Amino acid sequence: MSAKIAKPVQLRTPLGEEVLALHAGDHVELSGLVYTARDEAHLRMQKEGIPFDPQGAVIYHCGPVIQDKRVIAAGPTTSARMNELSGFLFDKGVRGLIGKGGMGTRVREQLNGRGVYLAFTGGCAALAADRMTLKGVFFEDLGMAEAVWVIELDRLPLVVGIDAHGSDIFGEVSKHADAEFARYRKS
Amino acid sequence: MKSTDQTRIHEALADATFEAYKSAVIRLPPDVLRVIEQAAAAETSPVARGEFDNILQNITMAEKLGVPMCQDTGVPVIYLTIPPDVPLTKELYDAVAEGVRKATKEVPLRPNVVDPLTRHNTNDNTGHGMPAIHVKPGEKFTVTVFPKGAGAENMSRIGMLLPSQVGQVEKFVVETVFLAGSRPCPPIVIGVGIGGTFDGAAAMAKEALLQPLDTMTEYERGMLAAVNRLGIGPMGLGGDFTALAVKVKTAGCHTASLPVAVNIQCWANRHATVEVPL
Repeated sequence: MSAKIAKPVQLRTPLGEEVLALHAGDHVELSGLVYTARDEAHLRMQKEGIPFDPQGAVIYHCGPVIQDKRVIAAGPTTSARMNELSGFLFDKGVRGLIGKGGMGTRVREQLNGRGVYLAFTGGCAALAADRMTLKGVFFEDLGMAEAVWVIELDRLPLVVGIDAHGSDIFGEVSKHADAEFARYRKS
Repeated sequence: MKSTDQTRIHEALADATFEAYKSAVIRLPPDVLRVIEQAAAAETSPVARGEFDNILQNITMAEKLGVPMCQDTGVPVIYLTIPPDVPLTKELYDAVAEGVRKATKEVPLRPNVVDPLTRHNTNDNTGHGMPAIHVKPGEKFTVTVFPKGAGAENMSRIGMLLPSQVGQVEKFVVETVFLAGSRPCPPIVIGVGIGGTFDGAAAMAKEALLQPLDTMTEYERGMLAAVNRLGIGPMGLGGDFTALAVKVKTAGCHTASLPVAVNIQCWANRHATVEVPL
């Protein structure tokens, strides 16, 4: 029989030291303001500064569909594209990233003692939209997908993918897959 | 056929394309939903079960809100069956494009189609050679819309294996999934085209994804088990279900060739078919 999922931990932004108590594999529900950012927004923020208060902030790797100032669809994008673009965010106080697919070793190290990477299920745009209210936008000239949208979450269901103690589910899973595929390398 | 009839047929095709597109991005075909539900019930990892919960809630929510289940509403891959009394003309292609433009505006869909080199976005999901339209003769006039998202499509591969490597087809499929890791939004559906030609194998791999997922041959089940031993799991978080189904299509090929194409599809294996009224 399968194990039961434990009750999710409730979190609200801005995040503080409470993120340090989380462990990879914990289910959480996140509420409060988050900021979407993909490749272009990261580059712009590095150049021009972060347009919102980064203390305890959470960045969501997402290019949503927005229509009539409403979030229509807003699932996560592949976080690994931001592997080399995220360090400055933690230095400014950012405590969390939301995305899909996990991130590289460098981000795992950068999160150490500071923050967490939260995985949201890829493709779950309708579920996401149901838990989101649009509050504002920065860098709208970057286009719909690349702009920084300010979104209020209401209990978005997430799982801790990388915690603040160096534990990384994605890393463990990759190691297992690598060992399994090794059988074929011999053939 | 009179030209007024022609105009009416083109309008009906544009409308049917719009309807099929809208339906495809909002609700999954019953066979796809069934394999997701079966996997969700059988999954043993608590983290993976959480992912399945989100996927199933998302499917319910998309239907309830009438919105796309994923923000990557894909590029338009279209299959037409044309009965003998409908002439295959350029206007048929234009009518499909018209339906795509309407769907982009009204569903709405994310404008995904760009020029491959300048990366200029046309903002209406059409472009040179896009929608990608495939035509076959049939008894009924139907349009199938298969919106293909980039996350999974980008992980697809083609290999020109040697005729002596028939036993290596499974390795090529498993390797494709291994290299893809979490990126194609597993649990995935795997379309495999074996034989034909370089381009034909790829076309078969894509068409294989449209076949019913809840029946598999022994060959397909064997490959599915091999893929799932990788343990990548839903969204790369580990688990029993890296893939939901493997579907294979084959065609005769050159005695000196063994083309193998693997087309990857995320769990949202969206497609819908609408009959065009004549």
